[in-house]
Amino acid sequence: MALTTTYTDTRAATVGDYFALLKPRVMSLVIFTGLAGLVAAPGHIDLPTAFVALLCIAVAAGASGALNMAYESDIDALMSRTANRPIPAGRIARGEALGFGWTLSVAAVALMGLFVNFTAAALLAFTVFIYVGVYTLWLKRRTPQNIVIGGLSGALPPAIGWAAVTGSLSLAPLLLVAIIFLWTPPHFWALALWRSGDYARAGVPMMPVVRGKASTRRQILAYTAALIPLGLSPAAIGIAGPLYLACAGGIGAWFAAEAVSVFFERDEAKEPAAHRLFRVSLIYMFALFAALIAEHALHIAPFGAWA
Amino acid sequence: MAVAAMDEGKARRRRNIALALALGALVVLFYIMTMVRVHP
Repeated sequence: MALTTTYTDTRAATVGDYFALLKPRVMSLVIFTGLAGLVAAPGHIDLPTAFVALLCIAVAAGASGALNMAYESDIDALMSRTANRPIPAGRIARGEALGFGWTLSVAAVALMGLFVNFTAAALLAFTVFIYVGVYTLWLKRRTPQNIVIGGLSGALPPAIGWAAVTGSLSLAPLLLVAIIFLWTPPHFWALALWRSGDYARAGVPMMPVVRGKASTRRQILAYTAALIPLGLSPAAIGIAGPLYLACAGGIGAWFAAEAVSVFFERDEAKEPAAHRLFRVSLIYMFALFAALIAEHALHIAPFGAWA
Repeated sequence: MAVAAMDEGKARRRRNIALALALGALVVLFYIMTMVRVHP
């Protein structure tokens, strides 16, 4: 069945609408994790180059968001959470958003290659490819594993930040990538548990829609069980110290407790435990990377330096 | 109708200014980064 969209808002696009296309909240998390990779990496990077690296990560993430909104405008129009976005609301034409997104993507990768290094630029291009090509265009409408595999794009910024300093990759940045990768399914499936009606209406095969809520709860618990110990591992390999360990342990325990609550939740209409898990997952991610940044900014030695 | 056209004009002017500022910032960025690369 062909999808038809009724555009009702005839107001001209403002600068704010173009900014909204960049998904600023996602962009802020990506800048944050990219910065953590940048400061945790061994070696020196001058301030202007570090600024350009973060700018490129932010712009590429924003551009990917704009491309995602352009390619998914038909789905967005059908969901209450996204119906007022600039494209489904009719304020920005889909083609315009595509041009905006692709221009910014190419510019961000080119700038990263020119002024930082080609490893970081290649990783940045790979991130855009995973988010737009693999997640948005291929997996989103086909499989409930969409956010698991597509989550790799949101997980890569610490590796890009690390590569911006060192020009290479090692176990440490890949561990940070793995933490975000395992964090993504419980985070998004918690949201999907209480938004499952929206996703079902739009025909998006999210886990609760395809496999049911019971299966989603089990998988949230399984991913959380893998995530919490992995969240502690940066301290074990010597890139994080006591502040990080306290956050990863304390908030990790809170995260695990909420995942257990979600597993036993029986209020399927309101899903209060899923709401709480969604919030604590955001706190967990910000706290872990904030602790990592703070330890390096305040020169709190990582555990590796204590040996 | 006239009000709508005026709003449209204002929005377009703001977009043009934002675009000019973004391009200006890019020029400044290229200049600074070239200086950093030439005189590390």
